[in-house]
Amino acid sequence: MNAENRRSEPIVAQTHLLGIEALSPRDISALLDLSDTYVELNRQIDKKQSNLRGRTQINLFFEASTRTQSSFELAGKRLGADVMNMSVSASSVKKGETVLDTAMTLNAMHPDLLIVRHHMAGAVELLSQKVNCSVINAGDGSHEHPTQALLDALTIRRRKGRLQGLIVAICGDILHSRVARSNILLLQAMGARVRIVAPSTLLPSAAGKLGVEVFTNMAEGLAGCDIVMMLRLQQERMNGSFVPSTREYFHFFGLDEAKLAYAKPDALVMHPGPMNRGIEIDSMVADGMRSVIHEQVEMGVAVRMAVLDALSRNLPGGDNAP
Amino acid sequence: MTPTHTQPVDGQRRVLYNARLIDASDGRDEIGGVLIEDGVIREVGPTVTADAANANGIDCSGRVVIPGLVDMRVFTGEPGNEHRETLATASEAAAAGGVTTFCCMPDTDPVIDDIALVDFIRRRARDTALVRVHPMAALTKGLAGTEMTEFGLLSEAGAVAVTDGRNCVADALLLRRAMSYAKDCDVLIVQHTQEPSLAEHGVMNEGEVSMRLGLPGMPSAAEVILLERDLRLVELTGAKYHAAHISCLPALNAVRRAKDKGLPVTCGVSINNLTLNENDIGPYRTFLKVSPPLRTEDDRRAMVEGIADGSIDVIVSDHDPQDPDTKRRPFAEAAFGANGLDTLLPAALRLAHNGDVPLIRVLECVTVAPARLLHLDGGTLQPGRPADMVIVDLNLPWVVTPEELKSKSKNTPFEDRQFEGRADITIVAGRIVHRRDRTG
Repeated sequence: MNAENRRSEPIVAQTHLLGIEALSPRDISALLDLSDTYVELNRQIDKKQSNLRGRTQINLFFEASTRTQSSFELAGKRLGADVMNMSVSASSVKKGETVLDTAMTLNAMHPDLLIVRHHMAGAVELLSQKVNCSVINAGDGSHEHPTQALLDALTIRRRKGRLQGLIVAICGDILHSRVARSNILLLQAMGARVRIVAPSTLLPSAAGKLGVEVFTNMAEGLAGCDIVMMLRLQQERMNGSFVPSTREYFHFFGLDEAKLAYAKPDALVMHPGPMNRGIEIDSMVADGMRSVIHEQVEMGVAVRMAVLDALSRNLPGGDNAP
Repeated sequence: MTPTHTQPVDGQRRVLYNARLIDASDGRDEIGGVLIEDGVIREVGPTVTADAANANGIDCSGRVVIPGLVDMRVFTGEPGNEHRETLATASEAAAAGGVTTFCCMPDTDPVIDDIALVDFIRRRARDTALVRVHPMAALTKGLAGTEMTEFGLLSEAGAVAVTDGRNCVADALLLRRAMSYAKDCDVLIVQHTQEPSLAEHGVMNEGEVSMRLGLPGMPSAAEVILLERDLRLVELTGAKYHAAHISCLPALNAVRRAKDKGLPVTCGVSINNLTLNENDIGPYRTFLKVSPPLRTEDDRRAMVEGIADGSIDVIVSDHDPQDPDTKRRPFAEAAFGANGLDTLLPAALRLAHNGDVPLIRVLECVTVAPARLLHLDGGTLQPGRPADMVIVDLNLPWVVTPEELKSKSKNTPFEDRQFEGRADITIVAGRIVHRRDRTG
């Protein structure tokens, strides 16, 4: 099936995936369609393909990650690439090496795909300007996390059959969240109605300019929505700085059965993980019938396979090489 | 457990008649009466006469009946410093002074920064106090100025506002976030406006008098700088903000500008800054060491004008009981704070007697204005509202003697002052909680 698609036309035109912002609705749909085929593949006994045979993929993580890194690793391996993991947080940074030095060092090893996570917004883009391979943003500061938004969209589209017209409430630490930014961009591009729900301390002061509906109250923000997307609240923001305490946060903003009751009866509950149970989400809800949190993880591998596949087609030697 | 004074007696009916009714909430000033049933005002006006009275009737003989006073700023020593004042003794002073509702500040030991403490205060007040008590909760944990408290839960537990009491929240980032958060919860932020680094060593107003007395001063700029900063943060966040007690003309003008811009800003003034000035300190009288400090006569006149023209919203007693241990010391070493509940009404009446401010406006600032600000039912004589009121002998001359004060601490700045007018009978929820001994 893939072999037939392959010679026809490129999935996307880019060689990098730095953010959702650069994708058109057509690009997004094409990536989600390709992801669907990988969902099927991943459910088979033989999950191995050879699209990326001979390719070298480096996972360059300046910030600790478990699920995103392993998801990219698995995606690359299933497509036949040679995958190397590099966690830089501990070693080079402490020795004073700059991001660009690290990138140039890796570039000299001729990788084809570079997956980068960095704690500073814009760092991945900077790096992409200096290397000769495809760069995929696996999260840069509070800016973007495009594969998370794609996997969330895939999860929703497979459950609801569409994105157009759905009401999606994104709840929690919007201010610091790259997941929220990427999701807002993607969902709006695909015609969904996006709401953001958080205490004002966790909202950007210009939130009104995002084109979303802004709420500071869960009951109002969740009323009649199709999707409830919870965000993680970082430990250091819990005690008196951005919110007074975890118990107050849970009382007013934690997703429990009572607050979920304001959403549509068939609303889905999502969380990018890792969850703080009892802080932003109640276990009854996290493990409940409407939770698709584990499905999101499954979709993550498929979406990353699709992204690696699509971008590698545009590399020198790829099927759609210029 | 002592009986609960602020709960109505079931089936009780009481009539006040032959009274001059003055109620700033609707501008009423007429002869008539008040009919009270089950702790609530049922009827008010000229139609309520002696005919409606039963055994519980009170002939006011032309004296004035006003809504009970609401005092937004009272310090007690409970919990932690009960030797200075308990909720019970503060409530006796309040009742004697015609105050039927007061807010207690969170500056206690432990600090009222947790829902359990809010609950404790409300229960203690219910069981021991003669008047209604509403706690204000701390704005920052332990009043330390570093982490905000649980505004939402505290408010649900019954805190009527958040404030750091005697402390000023100096950290602008923290206050910005606190304001953003308070706006979501619809919680009022009350601030003691004084830039701590500028006022740190000061013990009185900075100026000629402090120079002659050889005492370190607090410039009025310390108040204005902080207030103006806060008003910018209000503009940024949209939070409801109340400057607890301003004391100088530039601060008043800052509030006026903010109100002109339509910002959700209100302010109060301490009765001390309306009736006294820095010269009253005289020979180092520590009972007049207060914060904000007594300012110049020009500032005092500006405060009176601010009350008259509506720029200042409320008058507070700033009741801060201190014992001899903390007050009988060299001025610079003595504690800040003055007794005020017993004398709030008579001192406020002085503004009206002087002709500086119309009586009904003075009363507005101590009754309905603070009640509205805090979303409380009281401060008015309108039917359906709690039967909290005071029978006032408006022109009775008397002299303040410390022994007569009901407060546990006697640090009044008005010692030996002559006042005109005081509370004869104070009623809370239809019960008489104070009756002046008229034999003396």
